[in-house]
Amino acid sequence: MHTEEKMTYETWPAAPEKSTLEAKNKFLGFWLFLGGETVLFASLFATYLALKDKVPSTSHALAKDLFELPLTFVATMLLLTSSLTSVYAMYHMKNFAFKKMMVWLGLTVLLGAGFLGLEVYEFNHYVHKFHHTFTSSAFGSAFYTLVGFHGAHVAFGLMWILTIMIRNSKRGLNLYNAPKFYVASLYWHFIDVVWVFIFTVVYLMGMVG
Amino acid sequence: MSTYSQKKGFGATLWDFLTTVDHKKIAILYLIAGGFFFLVGGLEAIFIRIQLAVPNNDFVSAGLFNEIITMHGTTMIFLAAMPLVFAFMNAVMPLQIGARDVAFPFVNALGFWLFFFGGVFLNLSWFLGGAPDAGWTSYASLAIASKGHGVDFYLLGLQISGIGTLIGGINFLVTIINMRAPGMTYMRMPLFTWTTFVTSALILFAFPPLTVGLVLMMFDRLFGANFFEVSMGGNTVIWEHLFWIFGHPEVYILILPAFGIFSEIFPIFSRKRLFGYSSMVFATVLIGFLGFMVWAHHMFTTGLGPVANAIFAVATMAIGVPTGIKIFNWLLTMWGGSVKFTTPMHWALAFIPSFLAGGVTGVMLASAAADYQYHDTYFVVAHFHYVIVGGVVFAVFAGTHLYWPKMFGTMLNEVLGKITFWLFFIGFHLTFFIQHFLGLWGMPRRVFTYLPGQGLSASNMVSSVGAAFMGVAVIVMLLNIIITSVKNVKVGNDPWGDGRTLEWSIPSPPPFYNFKQLPLVRGLDAYWLEKMDGKKGMTPAEPLGDIHMPNSSFLPFMMSLGLFIAAFGAMYHVDKEPWALPLMIFGLLVTFGSMFMRSVKDDHGFHIHKEDLIDDDEKGVKA
Amino acid sequence: MKRLAKWRLISLFAVLALVLSGCGEPFLSTLKPAGEVADMQYDLMKLSTLIMVGVIVIVVIIFVLILVRFRRKDDKIPKQVEGSHKLEIIWTVVPILLLLILAVPTVSATFKLADVSAVDKKNSKAIVINVRSHLYWWDFEYPGQKIVTGQELVVPTNEKVYFNLKSLDVKHSFWIPAVGGKLDTNTENINKFWLEFDDKRANDAGNLFYGKCAELCGPSHALMDFKVKAISRDKFDSWVTAMQGVKDPIKAEGAVAAQGQEIFNKSCIGCHAVTPANNMPDSARIAPNLTNFGDRARIAGILDHDKKNLKKWISNPETYKPGNLMTGKYPKMTDEQLDALAEYLMGLKVQE
Repeated sequence: MHTEEKMTYETWPAAPEKSTLEAKNKFLGFWLFLGGETVLFASLFATYLALKDKVPSTSHALAKDLFELPLTFVATMLLLTSSLTSVYAMYHMKNFAFKKMMVWLGLTVLLGAGFLGLEVYEFNHYVHKFHHTFTSSAFGSAFYTLVGFHGAHVAFGLMWILTIMIRNSKRGLNLYNAPKFYVASLYWHFIDVVWVFIFTVVYLMGMVG
Repeated sequence: MSTYSQKKGFGATLWDFLTTVDHKKIAILYLIAGGFFFLVGGLEAIFIRIQLAVPNNDFVSAGLFNEIITMHGTTMIFLAAMPLVFAFMNAVMPLQIGARDVAFPFVNALGFWLFFFGGVFLNLSWFLGGAPDAGWTSYASLAIASKGHGVDFYLLGLQISGIGTLIGGINFLVTIINMRAPGMTYMRMPLFTWTTFVTSALILFAFPPLTVGLVLMMFDRLFGANFFEVSMGGNTVIWEHLFWIFGHPEVYILILPAFGIFSEIFPIFSRKRLFGYSSMVFATVLIGFLGFMVWAHHMFTTGLGPVANAIFAVATMAIGVPTGIKIFNWLLTMWGGSVKFTTPMHWALAFIPSFLAGGVTGVMLASAAADYQYHDTYFVVAHFHYVIVGGVVFAVFAGTHLYWPKMFGTMLNEVLGKITFWLFFIGFHLTFFIQHFLGLWGMPRRVFTYLPGQGLSASNMVSSVGAAFMGVAVIVMLLNIIITSVKNVKVGNDPWGDGRTLEWSIPSPPPFYNFKQLPLVRGLDAYWLEKMDGKKGMTPAEPLGDIHMPNSSFLPFMMSLGLFIAAFGAMYHVDKEPWALPLMIFGLLVTFGSMFMRSVKDDHGFHIHKEDLIDDDEKGVKA
Repeated sequence: MKRLAKWRLISLFAVLALVLSGCGEPFLSTLKPAGEVADMQYDLMKLSTLIMVGVIVIVVIIFVLILVRFRRKDDKIPKQVEGSHKLEIIWTVVPILLLLILAVPTVSATFKLADVSAVDKKNSKAIVINVRSHLYWWDFEYPGQKIVTGQELVVPTNEKVYFNLKSLDVKHSFWIPAVGGKLDTNTENINKFWLEFDDKRANDAGNLFYGKCAELCGPSHALMDFKVKAISRDKFDSWVTAMQGVKDPIKAEGAVAAQGQEIFNKSCIGCHAVTPANNMPDSARIAPNLTNFGDRARIAGILDHDKKNLKKWISNPETYKPGNLMTGKYPKMTDEQLDALAEYLMGLKVQE
């Protein structure tokens, strides 16, 4: 099966993301990559937990002073919803509904951008209101590194999805680009899962004390 | 598409290697680059032994000595041993499973160039204000305090080459899972392929903690973070954990492929199948698994407390069991066999007692309470050189002789090979055996000198003399390579005559598509089975057809070059150099631009047509 | 390959010769244990070596038999053996048993060596020493006795001595090889352990053990030695009393020494204390305490203890300990000044 072939709804396979050897490799390779990413974030989480509330003086803000539920709750909702919209996008991809897929992907990007905007606001808030900066304490370094790494992943994911959307906007779905869409959405889910852990470990546990 | 065998000019060959995505050529690149760094690291080792030959020596200064030991360790582990091991994985593993290439040829090339630029970056430190001087472990308090840019070179260089290794690992995993020839089940895979598989899994899970550790230290040194700044709430023990969570699996990343190479050599030159194949596979997987459970045995004296120390001590001892299984399986492979003493077999035979010596001192070190005496002394230096040189370096020498004909189509000289072996073998034991005692007599490691009157002088001299033997051995080896390459006597498919696995069923070197028709695998030691049935080659599993091959690309080189440039920018940004930030942005633009190109430009590869394959065949017959 | 077999034999003899010829120096070697801790560790070493030599012997026997019996003689294809469950079970189970034999005493010793509970007991009479490591020198504080000394540790024999270890700059590691294994001095926490110095064997070692830094800490890591004077409890007590008696700096005797003291008070006393009281926090003690400098065995932990070396050291410490923090902290001295300073410092004795 040649990947560039023009496909129709009838010829479109049930699992377009794994229909060629290249696609299968990409699919598996990406899962393995996410395995590595998991260890990466696990290391960052461990570092964060070791350095949580480790500050040079008592005047420095601690986790319980910083975090507020409403803001992070909205951010969490945005990102969780974006995961759902990307699921819809992949559903339409599997049904060879290119237009619908693009719409849902577009929504995903918008929600992700909203999340990023909130994060920027949040960081800004901590820096100016609490003087909790990257360099002010080990706690600050660990917090911004963990959450920032996640934020960078979100930004990269956004750019990635946007790039393949633009690149393929004119030519529709085929077996060459279907795995690309699929893998990008897989990445997006992973980011979402990481956020769930950040929400729990950093924010919820932080607010409890 | 039959142009690959035509003679090319130097420029064309260079361009070919800069853009290649062929696993066999990438293997050669790894071999050359790894070999080069091996020589650099070896030279550093010689300097160390000259400095320590007599007490109170002043061959090098104290500060320079610390730079030399740091670079010796870092170079040998990251830039010599790993790439050399990767060279054999690339050269042999796809052939052993009957694949035409790896799963991601582009990523394979990218992995090499990242490693290469990372290594070059690290070594440029010698010319740009001094090398890193905090030891290859780069413990945080000392590394943060280290002045100049040495440690920054270490952090950024390893970061770049580490990414290369990581994607290389993923690539091998996918290749082995998805690209095996028909009939090549997991339990029919040659042991070298198995060890490549487990090693790649270890890389996948071990490198991210190192990446994080390097990032944290980089943030501390370059961007004012406080992860390891105690006065700001930081904690340096975090670095020790992250480093060793990576560092311990790393030694298995090195030694498992070495086990794999020896597991090929023993059956070939004993003409007997590997004894206890399934228990060998099991032991390999178990070692890989346990490798993640024992990192804190490098930190017995850090003060983690008796509970942690006791648990990690027992877990560490447990690794002795699967390793022991392997040793006995190798012995029993030879038992009852027909053992031929070729150069690779010399290395393999010498490996058993040498590695055993390193293994038993490993068990001694695992005994936590006693380790308080061994830790950070020459006893440890002796131990890890026994396992890494006696295991990994012996395997690299053995593999070089074994696979040279497969990679280059010509045999290395056996007489010179044996001379190399004997010189190196004698030198190795002379250098390192005595170091066990130096450690027990109270000599700490990483000392740039020692005072007379402590009973350490004579033994240090012995050790230094041994190093000279090893140096000469390497020179003989280089001569051998030059002589062999000049003579260039071509050999056939199975130059050793007793090849058992698929790589020996195809020409040396193989055509760029490896297998004209994918072979049908009927059992373990697939080629041997066919030979025993009186056949000349493998039975094809598919009719002759078009072969799909990937395109060459210059992008991997550019992506890596971009990071290389960006690293300079990041590093000199600290000195408030006005050009540093633009340089960093430029470098990142090159990298991300190349990634963008890769993403938007379709790359469907090309097809070799059936007719061209037949043409090739006829030409081969004529020549 | 007969030669290979011969080589094994020769190296075996070499090993034996080595083992018989030397266990190292009694003041430095872990193979000449001089205390309870080192004894425990030496026993573990012997036990593990014994087990491991057993393993080596078995492997070497099989190995040599193979070299002798299974050389290729003809082109026959040997029988392809898959494996043997019986053998495989044997060489899995036997090592497990051997390791258990080693694991049990290891765990027990690990817990014993970490037991410092005696210090926390009420009315504990145990000797406690706070060790603070600095770039290339050691600070020893006796909180119970309220005295401080540097570079030369003084300890009573035949009783447990407890140590609290911490580093004030980069990580170091505190090691007295002949008396017991090391423990790191971390930058963020205090590590605790104990050692015991055996009276008789301390005597054999000249009552002076060598201590080392075992963690790479910079250029002069190799030279970060200290000395340990192990003396009987009586002598120790009298040393403590003598130290405690120094309330004000010891007065120089003679004109030259008096001139030296003047120079010292001008150029050196900003870093080096010459009274032993521990009324300053550890971080304020930025250079070795010199109260009993004249009693010590080495200058800067490494040079022979005489005036000539002392003058050399003061005039250019960088040559002897590259990267030390003393260099450049005081004006350059003339030969005359150096003489005076040396005379004064050598006279700083608390005991005759």
